Amino acid sequence: MPISRRHFIGASAAASGLMLSGCDGIDQLSNTDNAVRKVLASANQLTYRAQRLLLGNDWLAPEYSESDIREPQKPNGTESPDDEDYQALAASGFSGYRLQISGLVEKPQTFSLENLRAMPVRTQITRHDCVEGWSCIAKWSGVQLSRILEQVRVKPEARYAVFRCFDTMEQGMAGPVKYYGSIDLVDAWHPQTILAFDLNGKPLPVSNGAPLRLRVERQLGYKMNKYVRAIELVSSYAAIGNGNGGYWEDQGYDWYAGI
Amino acid sequence: MSAEAGIGQRPERASRLVYRQKAITRLTHWIWAISFFFLLMSGLQIFNARATLYVGQQSIFKSDDAILRMKAEDTKNGPSGRTMLFGRSFDTNGVLGASQEDGESTERGFPSWATLPGSTDLATGRVIHFFFAWLLVATLLIWLVASIFNGHLKNEIAPAPADLRELPHDVMEHLKLRFDTGGRYNPLQKISYAIVLLVMFPLMVATGLTMSPGMDAFAPWLLDVFGGRQTARTIHFVTMALLVTFVLVHLVMVLAAGPINEMRSMITGWYRTRKSQPAQVSAGAIEPEQ
Repeated sequence: MPISRRHFIGASAAASGLMLSGCDGIDQLSNTDNAVRKVLASANQLTYRAQRLLLGNDWLAPEYSESDIREPQKPNGTESPDDEDYQALAASGFSGYRLQISGLVEKPQTFSLENLRAMPVRTQITRHDCVEGWSCIAKWSGVQLSRILEQVRVKPEARYAVFRCFDTMEQGMAGPVKYYGSIDLVDAWHPQTILAFDLNGKPLPVSNGAPLRLRVERQLGYKMNKYVRAIELVSSYAAIGNGNGGYWEDQGYDWYAGI
Repeated sequence: MSAEAGIGQRPERASRLVYRQKAITRLTHWIWAISFFFLLMSGLQIFNARATLYVGQQSIFKSDDAILRMKAEDTKNGPSGRTMLFGRSFDTNGVLGASQEDGESTERGFPSWATLPGSTDLATGRVIHFFFAWLLVATLLIWLVASIFNGHLKNEIAPAPADLRELPHDVMEHLKLRFDTGGRYNPLQKISYAIVLLVMFPLMVATGLTMSPGMDAFAPWLLDVFGGRQTARTIHFVTMALLVTFVLVHLVMVLAAGPINEMRSMITGWYRTRKSQPAQVSAGAIEPEQ
């Protein structure tokens, strides 16, 4: 959604009105369908565009040294999916795991963990920033998403990579709601964007997203999906989930989490 | 001057209306006032998502590097709020660490009345915070450019050598609750506005940006300047507390210096000066023409 000055002035006026009408009015902003909230949330588009303008496509997130790793990566969100298909895979040490790549690609493909481990590995020591406010430095090893995108040959109309995960977050009316997320192709092709299978030199534990978790180092933790099952290349995420591009985005969190 | 102004008496500089605040100064002032309200309360909502402050790049959980922590302890009467500051623990139940939310004592850093939204809602807090952060930055830039060109910065904000010489006297006058009302900003006003607008606001923006993983890729030196992402978060919090102190003192000063006159000058631009001398004539004779 384009940002206009009119939007900003309108929202400021509306927001001042809310301030006068008391906090009950402001609490209506928690409703993601609230019109004022939508105007306020459009500032996220401004942040997204500003950061895309400032950050070259390949600018790297800071990397740290081994001595900066001071404790195990703090697990957050789902720490042990109880989904049956996931439990079965975990019981076999993920030998039956296949990462599926589909959507707007020339050559849909699946990858076993052995396939992925046979590809060139990138290792990076980076700082994980949680939307809650904490940070934790850890060493992640995995295959760059760009290498997979090269193999499956992304079609020109693709704009986003959507990640489908194993873990069920809640029971919705149409069945279980599973974790999912999406990033644009700038981040998808970024050299630090990896599908990590090792954490601090050991196979990724279940609590941190085994067998495969996404790392998008220039964004917050909720964009770094754990328990990745499949990747779909799409031109729009409007028809997926509630249409906001991710599980947390559907709960009202900004799609772009570079801030 | 009115005809009554005492014949044969010493001439006085009488009360008069002066145009004190330019439109751009007034407009930016009120946008900041609104932005500050929303940024503060949505910021406390965001802080509540992890009501702990650390120093350094990361948050060490095991060795407990925290310098400030608000949390609830389980007691037989339910959760009880405590605040740890530099290793010392205080009972802050009902305000910090645990307070009423939806009629129940709930673990939360700052209480419901201090956060936006009032209930625990990080996503909405972030939406509000970043909208008003953009508004504040845009307004600050507009104000800065305008104030350089219209002389506001040089003439009314930047303390001049004379202001520094007057400073001890001005402090004494403030302590006696006597304010220079010649229509100019007094030295303490100039210094506090300069610190807020030229130091604290930019510091809030810079430490806020240091918390952004995207900005850290663009400008990793921000992390070096502020000593890491978690230190930046702590500085952001401390500067918030200083800004709250400024706003409280600012409001007290408005009340002490005459709220109607002060509000008029910040809304219409017109400010009524007081006479420079104590009245020597009877009170009825002082009202001048304008």
